[in-house]
Amino acid sequence: MPAIATAAPATSVPPPVETVTVKVNGRTVVVPKTMPDWQGKPQLTTMLQAARLGGVEIPHYCYHDKLPVVGNCRMCLVEFGTPVMNSATRKPVLNEDGTPKIARSVLPYEPGTPRGAITCATPISPGMEIYADSPATKQMREAVLEFLLINHPLDCPICDQAGECKLQEYSVQHGQATSEFVETKVHKPKAVDLGPRIMLDDERCILCTRCIRFTKDIAGDDALGIVNRGSYNSVAAYPGRKFDNNYSLNTVDICPVGALTSKDFRFKMRVWFLKETRSLCTSCGTGCNIVIGSREDTIHRFEPRDNAAVNSSWMCDSGRLNYKWIGRPDRLRDVGVRGERSTWSAALRELHAALAQAPMGSVAIIAGARQTTEELYLLKRLAERFGAATDSVPRTGAADGFLVAADRNCNTQGARLTGIWSGTMGAQIPRIAEGIRTGKVRTLLVFGEDVTRYGIGEELLASLETLVVSDILPSATTRAAHYLLPGCAAAEKRGTFVNVKGRLQKFLKAVEAPGDARPEWEFLSDLVEGGVSRKVPATLEGVFNQMVREIPAFSGLEWARIGDTGAAVPL
Amino acid sequence: MDSNHDKQIQSLLCYRYTIGQCGTGEKIERKSIESSIAMPQELKLILKHADEPGYGPDIGCYLKHGGYETLKKALKAPGRELPDGKKLSAQEAFRGDVRTSGLRGRGGAGFSAGLKWSFVDRSSGKPIYLICNADESEPGTFKDRQILHKDPHQLIEGMVLSCWANDVKLAYIYIRGEFPEGARLLNRALAEAREKEFLGKNILGTGYDLEIWVHRGAGAYICGEETGLIESLEGKRAYPRIKPPYFPAVLGLYLCPTIVNNVETLCHVKHIAAMGPAEFARLGTPNNTGTRIVSLSGDVQHPGYFEVEVGKVTIGELIFHENFGRGLKPGRQLKAVIPGGSSSKVLKAGEVFSLKRKGADGQMIPVDVPMLDLPYDFDSLQSAGTMSGSGAVIVMDDSRSMVDALANLAEFYAHESCGQCTPCREGALWMAKGLHRLTHGGGRKEDAAYLTHIAQNIQGRTICAFGEAAAWPVLSFVEKFWEEFQARGEADAAARTEAGSGANSNLKPYSYA
Amino acid sequence: MSFVIPKNLEAELDELATHYPVKRSASLMFLHALQEHFGFISNDAAEWTAGKLGLQPIHVYELITFYPMFRQEPIGRTQVKVCRTLSCALAGAAGIREHFCRKLGLDPHAHVPQTTPDGRFTVEFVECLAACGSAPVVLVNESLHECVGKGQADEILARGK
Repeated sequence: MPAIATAAPATSVPPPVETVTVKVNGRTVVVPKTMPDWQGKPQLTTMLQAARLGGVEIPHYCYHDKLPVVGNCRMCLVEFGTPVMNSATRKPVLNEDGTPKIARSVLPYEPGTPRGAITCATPISPGMEIYADSPATKQMREAVLEFLLINHPLDCPICDQAGECKLQEYSVQHGQATSEFVETKVHKPKAVDLGPRIMLDDERCILCTRCIRFTKDIAGDDALGIVNRGSYNSVAAYPGRKFDNNYSLNTVDICPVGALTSKDFRFKMRVWFLKETRSLCTSCGTGCNIVIGSREDTIHRFEPRDNAAVNSSWMCDSGRLNYKWIGRPDRLRDVGVRGERSTWSAALRELHAALAQAPMGSVAIIAGARQTTEELYLLKRLAERFGAATDSVPRTGAADGFLVAADRNCNTQGARLTGIWSGTMGAQIPRIAEGIRTGKVRTLLVFGEDVTRYGIGEELLASLETLVVSDILPSATTRAAHYLLPGCAAAEKRGTFVNVKGRLQKFLKAVEAPGDARPEWEFLSDLVEGGVSRKVPATLEGVFNQMVREIPAFSGLEWARIGDTGAAVPL
Repeated sequence: MDSNHDKQIQSLLCYRYTIGQCGTGEKIERKSIESSIAMPQELKLILKHADEPGYGPDIGCYLKHGGYETLKKALKAPGRELPDGKKLSAQEAFRGDVRTSGLRGRGGAGFSAGLKWSFVDRSSGKPIYLICNADESEPGTFKDRQILHKDPHQLIEGMVLSCWANDVKLAYIYIRGEFPEGARLLNRALAEAREKEFLGKNILGTGYDLEIWVHRGAGAYICGEETGLIESLEGKRAYPRIKPPYFPAVLGLYLCPTIVNNVETLCHVKHIAAMGPAEFARLGTPNNTGTRIVSLSGDVQHPGYFEVEVGKVTIGELIFHENFGRGLKPGRQLKAVIPGGSSSKVLKAGEVFSLKRKGADGQMIPVDVPMLDLPYDFDSLQSAGTMSGSGAVIVMDDSRSMVDALANLAEFYAHESCGQCTPCREGALWMAKGLHRLTHGGGRKEDAAYLTHIAQNIQGRTICAFGEAAAWPVLSFVEKFWEEFQARGEADAAARTEAGSGANSNLKPYSYA
Repeated sequence: MSFVIPKNLEAELDELATHYPVKRSASLMFLHALQEHFGFISNDAAEWTAGKLGLQPIHVYELITFYPMFRQEPIGRTQVKVCRTLSCALAGAAGIREHFCRKLGLDPHAHVPQTTPDGRFTVEFVECLAACGSAPVVLVNESLHECVGKGQADEILARGK
């Protein structure tokens, strides 16, 4: 190993961040000279970013943190000032009180009129003053809003965006109550069937081009554009082509107005009735962060939630729309014992007794890698007690190079880290089947899988002494169960998943499960509690905190300290 | 010189007085001028040969008239050593010459051409592009058309020189789509130039390679805006780019450093090379050097294009003098002048401007200058609150309705707004609709203020200068001819009341609340 | 796709594409050439252009709808473009356009391009043609007519195929 030069510091201390001092609404703010742009590359800090760091959010439409800057909406125009410099000495000119003399921005051809800068694209300079609420700034905003509204249909009462519409919000916060407009409005296409999942109302569109930039620069499907010219500009797909990529619904999220609406959601629910719950998408191993919009116990939509380490601000359409099964009428609602409806207490009591009889080595567990990490941990504890073989069912598809992972289980890594499977996932299943066939395995616990599709057919299941099945929807396996324990969708419980990249993320409960269905971790606690001497905590937090003490990969984590964006764990 | 200048102003005042007295009495008018000052006349640098009988756009004719000699000389020129011992390459030296010549862009903004070149990022390692802006489309302007159609080789020579000076290997001529003949002539001229080794690989054996291609627009005024033009040349909608960060000198065509110069500007580059910067700067007036081609149209007896020394001819002379517009139509009085293309602010007959002039003691003193006596140059018109823009003078006499004229222009801007940014997209059509209503019997007495309100919310708020271009005609017409706008609205309102249809729902203010 | 492009035109376009370091730049020139050949730009032509230049059809469609010189419908064999903008308006352009329309049985008040039923003429108003010194001007197919009075307008119509 070469000797380290003594002059150089042995440890890498990050260089001090170069800063710039500006004023935002009169308050001095020190901000980094550069900040990440939409691609994360460092660029000169913009006025908008600096204002944000100073606690002032400047209203904007076309600007989006994750999209290229275009500066077309002009909503973020702000009056500003810069220090007057002595042209000879290049030093700031001072006022009598010693403060730097500031020149307010004015039109070059009309020095009495303030000039705005678009804060989204204008870099700050030392000593710059940003007047985010000066009369001139307010007037510019009022004017832009008036322009945006003159040809807008003003159909908020029938618009799905109402309640989360930036045009509404800014009009209230920054607009004026009336307009002088007395002309005939421009009419544009309405109810345009843009693709299988999206409707477009061009009259509501403010032409911010967020959707166009998203699909071009993020989704990589340059499918949208603007047709016609001037005031007749309209967002469109090529005639006859469908805007149907698997990320199309993100455009609905980022559309600041009601121009793009989700066919799945439109006209179904007013957004202000929705309860928002932070959760995770379970459709693949990426673990996109989502917000579940629900009213009473019905889920109305999934929307992506920002997480730079996972999904940025996006999610795929297939994951987003994969919620309808949660409310299916044939959901498993009842606890069943040998085909008869039972109660949790009776079933668990009987099950304890049955398991108590099971000799070592006669039990096997197949735990779906869509169960929560806590549930998998409890199942593993149960397995240890019987020396049971455990495994999960692999589920793969094509990765799309963006958010959809090849691994279609949402907790493959959780299952591995908890010891449910090792080596090759699913490799134990044929052995378990063989064990059943030879009579060595007499008791099988199946959580969240229809094992009849994976080599343990109905005949084999029928030969078991005890078949314990927990699931959400009926299947050949649930029909064969001696003990049927109805479980919960992720939206109906709390827990964590570990994604394909080793990010442990927690999710919260949005809706109640139907009937007697219970979160699996709850009754698993009971089962483990009944069988082992160690106390199992009665709360999810407790289970989690116990789990992290036992699993090295999770060491140091604590339920309360896992933020909304999760924590990295070594895989 | 200063006293001389005062004398000139005095004589101009006298001239103005004469016109006022005599209306359209051309003879007296000319005589009075002849007796007072030197005859204002054309000085043809660019158009020296263009209109000579028998002069054609082919290279043979151009060569016969000394064409490409300047290029040959320039490419062989050695570098230059400055007094301080610093050595300049021939290209650097020539770039300096263009700057010291004082040449200002002839496309509209009047920005120093040499300074524009000096902004070019020469250290990026990326290719540098040059684009000739031949998208002549500012209403009232028809000067580039003359060069393109009559003397394309002059432009090519200017371009090759400019490209050579700026290490450009690939250049384009962006010609407006409505000049199909111009595009054909240019293509032929470029082929001829290639054949004679003025273009292509190893130009004149110097090892310098340059290719120039013709690129046709397709009917969009906004392509005259340099970043809109660049987008259009990239095969996109001509949406101007935000600046920062997309300054063409740094992030232009294909995000490479790019120079965009007007046809006339590039021709001047050839003349600067031919005559030297000092000689060029002697033409015209200080800070307004050289000649420029003025396009004169509207209500004059003799519309046309005139190449004059910048600042040596007044607006009044352009309109009334025998050598230029030859006055108004019989019996007509001057009403208004649009001095620099339709985007420039209108000047009203009889307006007097206070301009700063150097007095006898060298101090700047304010001098009252009547509109017609404004020297036709960049600075004087700017001081008068307008601009010489693309050099297009549109004259309107007292038979004209300013409301109708503005409605015509507003329709142009509504049609030409690219629609990218909010104020222009929505405002340009809004103004056009308002003016359409005002010119079609739906006027209101508040319409003058209404139009001003819209225009004020456009200017200075847009991505490109189209915002100003659309707003300035409205702001200036309405301000300077307020009574006329007011009267038109009031007359309509009165007529409606009389007809009992005052409750036209279309005319009620729209409320968002 | 039944769209057929003649070999020599394709060769011409292939050559045009070499003028640009980025193929997309050739879009406008392609569209001009295709319109010259076919009379208008069909969806087939737009899609062909997109394919040739490595673009999405929407990119080409964005251009066709932005630049007014491009047409998506066939038009008359003689295209009469009357300049509408100020200098020509002052010189009576509106009257000239009306004259064309009346002579051809077209609506003299309609603002949009109109084609005669026999497909011979299309009359439209266009913005400034940059020949204001000889207003009013009319662009007939590719040739400019200056200081157009009613007599000259009639001649244009007589010569129109």
